[in-house]
Amino acid sequence: MLLPDPVGPLSRRAHALLRGAHRAPGPLELPEAGSFTEDLDAQLALWLIHQLSYRGYDDVDDDLEWSPAVVTLRRGLESAFEAELRSATRERLAVTDAGTPVEELLLAMVAVDDGPSVAAYLHRHATREHVLDYLRERSVQQLAEADAQSFMLPRLRGAAKVALAEIQYDEYGAGRADRLHQDLYARTMRGAGLDDSWGAYLPDVGATSLALANLPSMLALNRRLVPAGAGHFAVFEASSSVPSRKIAAGIERVGLGPEVAAYFDEHVEADAVHEQVAARDLCGSLVVERPELRSEVLFGAACCLHLDRLAAEELLGRWGASDDRAERAG
Amino acid sequence: MTAQPRGTAVRTEACPGGPVLVRGAEDVVDEQGVAHPVTRPVVALCACERSQRMPWCDSTHQAVARARRASS
Repeated sequence: MLLPDPVGPLSRRAHALLRGAHRAPGPLELPEAGSFTEDLDAQLALWLIHQLSYRGYDDVDDDLEWSPAVVTLRRGLESAFEAELRSATRERLAVTDAGTPVEELLLAMVAVDDGPSVAAYLHRHATREHVLDYLRERSVQQLAEADAQSFMLPRLRGAAKVALAEIQYDEYGAGRADRLHQDLYARTMRGAGLDDSWGAYLPDVGATSLALANLPSMLALNRRLVPAGAGHFAVFEASSSVPSRKIAAGIERVGLGPEVAAYFDEHVEADAVHEQVAARDLCGSLVVERPELRSEVLFGAACCLHLDRLAAEELLGRWGASDDRAERAG
Repeated sequence: MTAQPRGTAVRTEACPGGPVLVRGAEDVVDEQGVAHPVTRPVVALCACERSQRMPWCDSTHQAVARARRASS
């Protein structure tokens, strides 16, 4: 893809550095406290930089991935993002019981979450245009599905590494190129008449859609944060199976065909497996081996739930969906 | 779990409150004797009997647990 256009001062700063400027102009001015996650400009700036560690851009020098000025900006943005997430998840983490095994706690955190559900709304109430909007918004994340977590593999060992590799093998098609999950999403997009090329909708998506991609990148690319990345992944997988079933049903309800629903259909069974492996074998093993990592695993889990709520609120607000139509029942 | 996995090196792992994970199975035979081929490295067999995708787990046990919690 080509380097996308900036939308404000922070993404302009990232854009200038990726265009080859040797230093960023002036001091870094971050969004006011508490607004980083929902700030489109800040999230785009971080996404633009993270992308250098994945597929890069056709018109940007690959070597800029490790340019000191780019790394400095990335660290500035990530520090603000992480600090905001630590503060936003404090309350959620204060109620976690120290005596419960981490895998049970992770699954219970998902079970008691009462945030609004985009899947519930898509299931029963959304129009076809809402469904298409949802598919475009999630394309930033799902066309690169599982890629962030691959960066965690060499930073883990023993049973936790085996567990992550087992999930990733399934995400990457279990030996069958036609089952690569990110390509299943591309097929879903094409089936819905959308453009499946990488980054096609990047200029259109909201701040929280970029944040959904940036959070796992930040947690996996920084070795210090990998335990949080594992906790995030477990909750991400555990909040996918039931919603996928609802989304698949919603897709068919608005008259988009089974080829569009197929990606979500696949994730009903796949993520029912992944949630158990991620919670028990990945996070459980990690904490058994190193009990001091428990709070970081739970931090990552809480980040996932927190961001899911903000992302749901952004989409449901845009669609004018009332709260009772996005209730998480069942 | 009433469905039975078949294979030469089957390993099962019961998840408390959740499904039974099965590795190494070639297929799973349900109560009616119908064989369901295994197409992924690990499969989760429904243990709550509420799945809409029997014999596979579809995480319906989460909703069962949620409803139980809400009514208690």
